[in-house]
Amino acid sequence: MTAIHEPPLHTPTGSLLRLATAGSVDDGKSTLVGRLLHDTKQVFADQLDAVERVSRERGLDGADLALLTDGLRAEREQGITIDVAYRYFATPRRRFILADTPGHVQYTRNMVTGASTAQLAVVLVDARHGVVEQTRRHVAVAALLKVPHVVLAVNKMDLVGYQESVFAPIADEFARYARALEVPEVTAIPISALAGDNVVDPSNAMDWYAGPTLLEHLEDVDVDHDPRHCAARFPVQYVLRPQSSEFRDYRGYAGQVTAGAFRPGDEVLVLPSGKRSTIAGIDRLGERDVEVAFAYQSVTLRLTDDVDVSRGDVIVPADRAPEVTQDVVATVCHIADRPLRAGDRVLLRHGTSTVKAVVRSLDSTLNLETLVRESGPEALHANDIGQITLRTAAPLPLDDYADHRRTGSFLLIDDADGATLTAGMVGVPLGTAAED
Amino acid sequence: MSLDHLDSLEAEAVHIFREAAAEFERPVLLFSGGKDSILMLHLAMKAFWPARVPFGLLHVDTGHNFPEVLAFRDRTVAEHGLRLEVAKVQDYIDDGRLRERADGTRNPLQTVPLLDAINAHRFDAVFGGGRRDEEKARAKERVFSLRDEFGQWDPRRQRPELWSLYNGKHRPGEHVRVFPLSNWTELDVWQYIEREKIELPAIYFAHERAVFRRGGMWLTAGEWGGPKDGETVETRSVRYRTVGDMSCTGAVDSDADTLQAIIAEIAASTLTERGATRADDKLSEAAMEDRKREGYF
Repeated sequence: MTAIHEPPLHTPTGSLLRLATAGSVDDGKSTLVGRLLHDTKQVFADQLDAVERVSRERGLDGADLALLTDGLRAEREQGITIDVAYRYFATPRRRFILADTPGHVQYTRNMVTGASTAQLAVVLVDARHGVVEQTRRHVAVAALLKVPHVVLAVNKMDLVGYQESVFAPIADEFARYARALEVPEVTAIPISALAGDNVVDPSNAMDWYAGPTLLEHLEDVDVDHDPRHCAARFPVQYVLRPQSSEFRDYRGYAGQVTAGAFRPGDEVLVLPSGKRSTIAGIDRLGERDVEVAFAYQSVTLRLTDDVDVSRGDVIVPADRAPEVTQDVVATVCHIADRPLRAGDRVLLRHGTSTVKAVVRSLDSTLNLETLVRESGPEALHANDIGQITLRTAAPLPLDDYADHRRTGSFLLIDDADGATLTAGMVGVPLGTAAED
Repeated sequence: MSLDHLDSLEAEAVHIFREAAAEFERPVLLFSGGKDSILMLHLAMKAFWPARVPFGLLHVDTGHNFPEVLAFRDRTVAEHGLRLEVAKVQDYIDDGRLRERADGTRNPLQTVPLLDAINAHRFDAVFGGGRRDEEKARAKERVFSLRDEFGQWDPRRQRPELWSLYNGKHRPGEHVRVFPLSNWTELDVWQYIEREKIELPAIYFAHERAVFRRGGMWLTAGEWGGPKDGETVETRSVRYRTVGDMSCTGAVDSDADTLQAIIAEIAASTLTERGATRADDKLSEAAMEDRKREGYF
């Protein structure tokens, strides 16, 4: 770990994969992240020098790779990761954004934060301990957030003699649990983050394993969006009216396509008003009249009619519109330290609109270990996951989170100081009702 | 149908620009004439095309600028009909509100004029070109970063950011720093500059320059206080990876005089951008975190 590595001789041009890591404090998550960065040649000499210098000052034998990722004073002092950090690495085939999320039980909100944008979650377990409560919690959060791909990395294989007989039952148990949670795709990989087995380079010590290394899997996993299966959605961000001599009558609706695809000629509805129109043209960041706009392009739509459209509206295909409602049933993860109670008046931020809302009821909390929904909580505290019912002051076009991550999610905000209170996902929650 | 990584980053940055422009009353874009701010302006122009960029620019001028960069700044502002406010560190030193540091570095002195300008113009959102890959304290930075009435960043009290829902709510006196390039790396910036054929000040390309060695870096001689006794000036082929205050921004030895050559050079570099060229980050292990807490970017 001390040698200065060969420089990276590649410039990535492929696609972008967003992933999140989850793992308990002692599962070696920081070492895995450090190993990924190091073995893909993303650790620079000056960064490594700094890590080695600080490691020496602390009397450590080798370089502590966790120092690469723990960026705050308090984190270095306590030797733990407090907050989500984002790391970047690349190979010739793909660019990666890694949400490095802390593993402590009390930081469920941080795992939720990291998983909210992830297309893939890496769940780390210690080969000596196998699937533990914390593992189940991580998979449950990934399932709750509908992360499409989950990777189980069975770490510290070097400490169990690299034996298949240790790995296989852990992989089986994990796969059964993930399937029960309806995680669409699970891959299990035996690794040693410390020794570098199957992280970036294939292991010589595990001939019995024929699958990809972790990095190979990250490079190969298919995350392309297929718009044919998904109803199109376009939350309007900003109305563009240049009123210049060249663009005197131009009126365009700027935003990002959050699902599906739009083409000129498509019949659309503007929600929540329900007004009908047709897409006259699509402009893309200075390029006039492109043929199609698909997720997640930032574009500008023009409509044939002079209908009233403003920020907060959502443009959708006329034949595949979401429900427009003021009554919201959702699974939420409470974030703020102040609790959430029935009767609380809050702001609800959905897509590009913000409306007043009241918490009608707290219906249940989810026990992440047993996946049992326990009914009638008095309050939701930080890191609690539960089901709540809200009433909004204005109708909202709400998708089920299972179908649309972007238009099925929302935030609750404290109107007084602007604090983000709660993260919400529209629709039926995970888990089974308590028996009593 | 899928986006390559530059398309994804571009779409995300444009989304962030539009969110901030819609949510805030008085945004402003920090613009120094350096590559990140030039890229930011390019993205802002794309985001609001064919309308004009709906906010002005702010430059915090340390007084130790590279003349080529200032000329570039002024030409860009004039070409696109933009509004530019300039807050000058020199004014603060002249009237005694700030004192010159012993090491002559003015980068840390920018915080006071920046916060004063934000107050005076009642800016409630300030776009900055900071990237999370630059430094490990920045890796913890949010896209929408709330600052209190003193401009301070508190890393332990940040709002979690989920999905693409950016919460810009703030109380009077508070403001939000907005970082559309959060997820870009130095290499992404250069690849995008090449793809979009974005014009840059000449000092980013290899050229002959009179420089001297200090603290392991090549610095340009100037009125700011270099070279001192024992430091000798020599002419070398160099270029700049970052552009900041002349007193603490180092040049690197380079023959890269085209964008392709620069991209190849950066892809092969074993030093980070800041490690190679910024003296002020070497002051301590937590130099960036400490400055950010006080209100620096």
